[in-house]
Amino acid sequence: MSHDETDFPLMRVDFNLNGNPISVNVQPCEMLIDVLRDRLHMKGTKRSCDVQVCGACTVLLDGNPTSSCTTLCSDAQHHEVTTIEGLAEGRKLDPVQRAFIAHGALQCGFCTPGMILAVKSMLARFEKPTEEVVRHYLRGNICRCTGYVKIIEAIMDLIHNPSNYQ
Amino acid sequence: MRAKNFFLHQPKSLDEAIAIKVEHGDDATFHAGGTELLVALKAHVLRYEHVIDLKHIAELKGVRLGSDGTISIGSLTTHDRIANHPIIRKSLPGYADLSEHVANIRVRIAGTLGGVLCFAEPHADAPTMLCALDAWVVLAGPNGLREVPSRDFHLGEFATARTQDEILASIEVAPQSAGTHSAYRAFGHTERPAVGVAAVWSLDNAVRLSLWAGAITARPTRLMRAEEMALSIAPHLPHAAIWESLRPAVAADAQEMEAHDDLHGGADYKRHLVSVLAERALKACLQ
Repeated sequence: MSHDETDFPLMRVDFNLNGNPISVNVQPCEMLIDVLRDRLHMKGTKRSCDVQVCGACTVLLDGNPTSSCTTLCSDAQHHEVTTIEGLAEGRKLDPVQRAFIAHGALQCGFCTPGMILAVKSMLARFEKPTEEVVRHYLRGNICRCTGYVKIIEAIMDLIHNPSNYQ
Repeated sequence: MRAKNFFLHQPKSLDEAIAIKVEHGDDATFHAGGTELLVALKAHVLRYEHVIDLKHIAELKGVRLGSDGTISIGSLTTHDRIANHPIIRKSLPGYADLSEHVANIRVRIAGTLGGVLCFAEPHADAPTMLCALDAWVVLAGPNGLREVPSRDFHLGEFATARTQDEILASIEVAPQSAGTHSAYRAFGHTERPAVGVAAVWSLDNAVRLSLWAGAITARPTRLMRAEEMALSIAPHLPHAAIWESLRPAVAADAQEMEAHDDLHGGADYKRHLVSVLAERALKACLQ
């Protein structure tokens, strides 16, 4: 039995995106990244490996780091999605973003949105993670520019001196 | 690449999910965490007209402790939940540790134990440990439930004893004696293990050692010579002495494994890894 692509009914998906209610009609096969980038024009979420290895497409789903390239949009139904566009309050950047800038923890910037969202979720889970915990948690976020040194420096400084980044 | 389109079913119960599968047969597949299936659909390696999302079935989630001490892990339980679950951390710390090191944090949060077992990609971590622990799976099908030992569940690459209309409902592990310790060590240069070795060492069981290697072969392989040799070793010897007695048997077992050269490494290298990882896993058990 073969179906034409148009035979499959669209699905209505309601979710919160960076605190704002969103309603989209999607194909069942559409991944979250497709909807974020192509329909909602949120280009901060980057597509790279497409197989859940690199972390560039990381968004937060109810606060948990999620590969938006390999998550059906329908899984966002009635949930909270946070992208990099949702971190700053007005013109004031999030402390994680401020720490990355202060330490030069980015170069080309392609991995940065996913890296920063992964750090956000880590800091929500662990109060004062050790460097070992940080390195283990971020193992799945790949950066090809920095060699990770500046990234780890930025995160550890943010953990130990949070008031510097408020 | 984009996945070809499909009809997405979201049943709320096991019976409903099985009925949908029976109705659509080969055109339908079950979908759990998606860490394997969605990647395969995007690559057009697999194509299904109907995808049956199991994530809305509450009875497939969670970890329960039975009155006899048997630990029952719902198949939709994620690696991250298993790694952090108080029952698993207390009773099967070696398995909790394994779960904490599966792939990366996003895969651990999305990926499920049932998914990794049913997809049966040989380069996985959990099957090796579940064989060493002599766990068993509960399969739910149109004709009811049946149990299959982990050691018989894995048949080969992407092949299991699950029939196409069955859903893996839970994974069960018998209570471990006070003197039993388990550990898993793996190595690979990708996110998947090239080789993983699970060891269960017991001071107070008739079976002293259960030692299994995975990823190197199409399904987890038992290290029989090493297990037999372990029966003749005084269990309270220092780790180094125990390992010296076991080493030749482990190497002989590894030599017989049907390993192949692939992107994870050469066959000889992977056989070598079996010994290295067996030593590390045993050391973790004995400390």
